[in-house]
Amino acid sequence: MALEREKHIAERALLTMGETQLLDFYRRMVLIRRFEDKVAEMYSRGKITGFCHLYAGEEAVAVGAISALYDKDFVVSTYREHGHCLAKGVAPRAVMAELFGKATGLSRGHGGSMHLFDAEQRFMGGYAIVGGGLPLAAGLGLAVRYKEEPQVVCCFFGDGALPQGAFHEALNMTSLWKLPVIFICENNFYGMGTLVQNAICQEELYKFAEPYKMPGVRVDGMDVLAVHGATLEAAARAREGEGPSLIEATTYRFRGHSMSDPAEYRSKREERIWQERDPIKNLRRKLLHDGRANEARLDAIENEVAAVIDDAVKFAEDSPEPSLETLGKYVYVDGNGAE
Amino acid sequence: MAQISYREALNQALREELDRDERVFIMGEEVGYFGGAFKVTDGLLAVYGEKRVRDTPIAELTIVGAGVGAAMGGLKPIVELMTINFGLLAMDQIVNHAAKIHYMFGGHAKVPLVIRAPQGAGHQLGAQHSQSLEAYFLHCPGLLVVIPATPADAKGLLKSCLRQDNPVIFLEHETLYGVKGEVPDGEYLTPLGQANVLREGKDLTIVSYSKCVYDAIAAAEALENEGVDAEVIDLRTLNPLDITTVVESVRKTGKAMVVYEGWRTGGAGAEIAAQIYEAAFDDLDAPVERVATLDTPIPYNARLEKAALPSAADIVKVAERMV
Repeated sequence: MALEREKHIAERALLTMGETQLLDFYRRMVLIRRFEDKVAEMYSRGKITGFCHLYAGEEAVAVGAISALYDKDFVVSTYREHGHCLAKGVAPRAVMAELFGKATGLSRGHGGSMHLFDAEQRFMGGYAIVGGGLPLAAGLGLAVRYKEEPQVVCCFFGDGALPQGAFHEALNMTSLWKLPVIFICENNFYGMGTLVQNAICQEELYKFAEPYKMPGVRVDGMDVLAVHGATLEAAARAREGEGPSLIEATTYRFRGHSMSDPAEYRSKREERIWQERDPIKNLRRKLLHDGRANEARLDAIENEVAAVIDDAVKFAEDSPEPSLETLGKYVYVDGNGAE
Repeated sequence: MAQISYREALNQALREELDRDERVFIMGEEVGYFGGAFKVTDGLLAVYGEKRVRDTPIAELTIVGAGVGAAMGGLKPIVELMTINFGLLAMDQIVNHAAKIHYMFGGHAKVPLVIRAPQGAGHQLGAQHSQSLEAYFLHCPGLLVVIPATPADAKGLLKSCLRQDNPVIFLEHETLYGVKGEVPDGEYLTPLGQANVLREGKDLTIVSYSKCVYDAIAAAEALENEGVDAEVIDLRTLNPLDITTVVESVRKTGKAMVVYEGWRTGGAGAEIAAQIYEAAFDDLDAPVERVATLDTPIPYNARLEKAALPSAADIVKVAERMV
């Protein structure tokens, strides 16, 4: 039911939305996909190492949600955060450089793929403990409310976070205090290799909203407009001081859990079904079908994005390694009595 | 200068900091209407209101996590954990988040969060309510560990913690809340990382912190009657650790003992002893001794509990062996 309603809203949105915004959705999703493709390539060439979790397939969630926010709104993310970071407007150069472990990276090479952060863009970090970001999002929401500012906090996490205590504590606390937080659960149906129904008793994840007295919806996470619409509603509610919402976006990662995972626990047939629902191809098809854009325009976007990514890789390649002197830096904030 | 209790000194520091800085607020279980489980925040709600003295659900992980998030969002939260024992539920937010955020984001983020927690044994509260866990936090880079013994330091250190931008674990000993001492009125800051030589002596250095400082002083007085002149150092903060003051003392006395209420094995005393060996091995006339809690959970029975904990008598006994 929830899905049908969201689909209706999404179809309506497609008709009424301006071409600029639709093309922006397209551009941002393509940017993430091509970025992740390039990351995979660089990983296989040994340029990027460590754990690396790609976002390919889930682009509609990040782009749909973050495009419903203002620049000053906060985003809190997970270890699968390249997509959220790029969608929030962080420079691809700085993201790629961080993945390369370079001094010019977002976190100066101290963070890596799982720990991107950009205060300027209000991208408040990728956290690699499942569920770890939810309490932080509650705290950011508390700070916003304390300072009587109008921002909202958008907190992404996977289906794997729902059995964690942090999820339940954070939903209770934000609802109790009516904090401006939007919880977006990216349900890609697997926590690493464990099917969602083998990990949690209630597999319709949006239903966890009800006991915590907040709105909960399930949206098609392969449809950027559906995610956008649901996030707009949640953001409006949060800004009005009515408290948090839970959005479950059903989606699929086109690759394994991380670069070292061939995803053998999923069938080829299942993967094919989801590939057919590719959010980028779908939007492209719709735009062409409705005459909102022509092939040439969309190809031009693809080419622009390719250039941006080539530039990001070149920047990362050419950037220096962090000096050994930075090893002990940033452990403590200097001054004021503490070394 | 007034004679007030450790509890009152903390309360005074909180009031002064709430008055001084709009970004400062207090959050924790029972800090508001109840006035704090140990009454440290007593009376604050009536003056500062619910916005700045916030009662929370029992959810330590998210209380601390919300403190981390609020600190990143530009506030200066003081999170009260009802006791450090419950803080173990928040270890993920303390160790994986608060302590890491500045570093793993390349210095671009900071977490100016003060986590206050009572700890320690002596009230027959049993195994799950009597622990001294400073070593857990001392082990983790990125956290300051502040552990006052006196009312003046309780005030001065807490205020200093709110004047810097690192996450702090501020440990108060449950048996010290009623202890009275001279506390300067108004603005008073005790610098972090400066040990206090409470008693000068030439025969033996007793290094301690928190409640055990009082046992060390009592022991030093008893030893004086036996002709042993002990120097007593209160570290006040474990991170930053003022090893310089300790080493200077050891160079003079040639003997060192570390007295603390954490478990003997893997305790803060092991680290302090190691640093003494590294810096002053040639000046030592005897092995560095540790007087600490026995490696058992804390028992309920009064006689057993007392026997598990370090005491002035234990210090005297070990000192007699050393000199």
